[in-house]
Amino acid sequence: MFILDHLWIIIALPLLGAAINGLLGKNFSKPIVNSVGIGSVALAFLSFAEAVREFSQLSPNQIPWVKTYFTWITAGQFKVDFSLQVDQLTIVMLGVVTFVSLLVHIYSTGYMAHEEGYYRFFSYLNLFVFFMLTLVLAANVVLMFVGWEGVGLCSYLLVGFWFLKQSAISAGKKAFITTRIGDFGFTVGILLLFWTFKSVDFNTVFKQLISGPPDAAVSTGVLTTICLLLFTGAIGKSAQLPLYVWLPDAMEGPTPVSALIHAATMVTAGVYMVARMNPLFSRAPFAMFVVALVGALTAFFAATIGLVQTDIKKVLAYSTVSQLGYMFLGLGVGAYASGVFHLLTHAFFKGLLFLAAGSVIHAMGGDQEMPHMGGLRNKIPITFWTMFIATFAIAGIPGFAGFFSKDEILDAARSGPNANIWLWLLGLIGAGLTSFYMFRLIFLTFFGKPRYDDHKVHVHESPRSMTVPLILLAILSTVGGWVAAPHFVGGTDYFEKFLHPVFATYAPAVAEGPAEAFETPGMILLHALTGWPVLIALAGLLVAWWFYIKSPETPKKLSDSLRAPYALVLHKYYVDELYNAAIIQPLLWISTNVLWHVLDETVIDGTVNGVARVARESGSELREIQSGNARSYATWVVIGAVGVTVLMIGLWGMVR
Amino acid sequence: MTLPFIVFFVCAFLAVIGALTLILAREPIHSALSLILVMVSLAVLYLLLGAEFIAAVQIIVYAGAIMVLFVFVIMLLNAGVEERTDYSKLAKYAGLPLGMFLLLALAHWMAHSLIGQQIANGVGGTNASVSTRELSAQLFQKYLFPFEATSILILIAILGALVLAKKDE
Amino acid sequence: MSIVPISYYLVLSAVLFGFGIIAFVVKRNIITIFMAIELMLNAVNLAFVAFARAHNQLDGLVFVFFVIVVAAAESAVGLAIIITVYQNRQTLNLERINLLKF
Repeated sequence: MFILDHLWIIIALPLLGAAINGLLGKNFSKPIVNSVGIGSVALAFLSFAEAVREFSQLSPNQIPWVKTYFTWITAGQFKVDFSLQVDQLTIVMLGVVTFVSLLVHIYSTGYMAHEEGYYRFFSYLNLFVFFMLTLVLAANVVLMFVGWEGVGLCSYLLVGFWFLKQSAISAGKKAFITTRIGDFGFTVGILLLFWTFKSVDFNTVFKQLISGPPDAAVSTGVLTTICLLLFTGAIGKSAQLPLYVWLPDAMEGPTPVSALIHAATMVTAGVYMVARMNPLFSRAPFAMFVVALVGALTAFFAATIGLVQTDIKKVLAYSTVSQLGYMFLGLGVGAYASGVFHLLTHAFFKGLLFLAAGSVIHAMGGDQEMPHMGGLRNKIPITFWTMFIATFAIAGIPGFAGFFSKDEILDAARSGPNANIWLWLLGLIGAGLTSFYMFRLIFLTFFGKPRYDDHKVHVHESPRSMTVPLILLAILSTVGGWVAAPHFVGGTDYFEKFLHPVFATYAPAVAEGPAEAFETPGMILLHALTGWPVLIALAGLLVAWWFYIKSPETPKKLSDSLRAPYALVLHKYYVDELYNAAIIQPLLWISTNVLWHVLDETVIDGTVNGVARVARESGSELREIQSGNARSYATWVVIGAVGVTVLMIGLWGMVR
Repeated sequence: MTLPFIVFFVCAFLAVIGALTLILAREPIHSALSLILVMVSLAVLYLLLGAEFIAAVQIIVYAGAIMVLFVFVIMLLNAGVEERTDYSKLAKYAGLPLGMFLLLALAHWMAHSLIGQQIANGVGGTNASVSTRELSAQLFQKYLFPFEATSILILIAILGALVLAKKDE
Repeated sequence: MSIVPISYYLVLSAVLFGFGIIAFVVKRNIITIFMAIELMLNAVNLAFVAFARAHNQLDGLVFVFFVIVVAAAESAVGLAIIITVYQNRQTLNLERINLLKF
């Protein structure tokens, strides 16, 4: 039980890599930086593999496996330990984080090869992995929050990696500040959680939910408030409505960063958190509804914006926001396993999409605009085929990973225990839009005639360090969904079965619904293959094909005739401008005029300077006493004598 | 009115006159002479109180040596009418009133002190005067150390005065 | 028992002392101020002698003895200083001797 006893090794390895690269990397040659950076994550991945092996040997009552290493904070009743836990959900997240991080590290050796600050990049990446692993392995919500904040920090560092570029540092700040707003809600949620349950440890809190006497049970209102507060943190971190605005701007960072942080890991922290807290959420139906509603709205809203963007990374950014919405939709309707499943498949295909986009950008010499591309499929075949596969996956074409996870979510939205037809409708339309804009991306980039100057841009395939991760992820995007495949022929969903203890141990008692009608495996499969999600995905593909291959003048005609809606969507519904006018400018005005001029300058400086001024001026007055004039000194003595005499006669009554 | 009372009031009157003249005189020499008047009247009062030795010492040392020294210095420095400068506003406005207040307060206090009452009511010692023999016995037995110390003090004072008054060559 | 009540002597002593203080503050000539100090000392001597009589003890007289001795020493040195100051500053006005100004 080596790894399970020493779980801290998993998180210590990337931290060590970050420290070594960060402090000494300036003097290292590239191969050494690579080996430190990749090596630490590779070792973490191997530790994960070993942990899986050990985990499989545990008996069910040993799960969740918790290891406490030391007590971090004790303040009265508030006690936080540095304790790490492993259960099935942790295993899934660990796998995603370590594997995708490893691939991104390998990819970065190729992509960032000509960059200044090479060692800094790997140091930051390792640091990010450290924090993400802390977040995932934490056994209490405070330690998870440490990881939560830490990944936010690393996001800021990595998005603003090219810190000499004004837009990059602004984007980094925007990311950090926007998620901070959510984090504030998260913090209040933690406080309320502690206040209610007198503990921040997951298992302790969950046990209290099921073991307390019924009349002393925690009220639904309190639980709902806690869940909503925690969810605001997720809104920020996972870029949902209305705090999604940082994610598209975060594309200023290097593409591997986008792949790792803004596709596979950091933005999924919110999803992980809600899944981890499922006992609380299950008992707060209103909070669940809010989660699902926010998810569905975000899924639809972001998809509409992605329809008309021209920057390849921006399309993928809005796609990420949209897909995260699907995950929350799944969680919100009670299909926790499906939401997590979509997290897994999304990590594969979105990570692949970003890395492949990076490969395209690398081939185009840094240009990210799709109107400048075209006809690349013969020039960069590996990139093309892997990206094509990923597009099938994200669109939900049957057989690929995305189909299984998306179908499960939509199915749960339509006919699950907390089904809501409107949420399903939003999700469905969003799926159609997703298919459309993803295929639009593929067709614009790889098909048609080249729209760039052949002499200025030398399109070349990327080095093997970049293409091998693409291929690996493409394979996973294809087969990754098959763990759930048997479900679609009437069997069990292995993924859901694996995660079942996580979501069932503390689930509230649910009244039995009407039994499902019996169907043969064949009928189930037929229904799945001809269900609405598939139809709308194919419809999206067809429309994209029509718009961009068959009659390419159609998009222009459509955008000209629908000029106003087109402008609205192209400018992202002017949300950033709205935030700027309504929130940022007033805040700046208040900060400058009130806080700075009035409070800081007048009040605080006035007080401090005033104290000094009083001291100086009173000293200046008092020194006049020493005039050198003996008569005045004598008079002072007489004054003193008079004073004492008065005291003696008057106050102390020495004269009878 | 018995004789002691008359003597007392005369001497007291003279002492007060002398003190007033000290303040009001414009020339320092006049102030010096008034001070001698005060000292002589005090010597008589000492006699009235039965302290013969002290009265004698007062005349010989205080009035006879110290004041002579003062007069010599005044003569030496040719101290004339003092000019009326008032650089210190504090002394000018607060000095006199406060001084007067102190005077009155102390006088009032003394007038109502317990000892005075006790004496008036007939508590106290004999009326006999103190003999020099007793005084010297005390001086050389109980107060021997201060006695010797003061002789050293006088020596130091002499040396100091010599050094200070020497002309630099 | 003295026929004249002791409090009379004490009042006289207080009055002389008060005059001494007034003279000290009002006058400007150094020598006059010095004489005011001597006046104060004399007033105190009177009080001592009066108390010695009141308590019928000798200790007050011994103290007077020492006061006179010390006054003598002090005036010797003090006058020497005054002479030196006059030689340096050519003035006997205390207000003009103010080198210890701030």
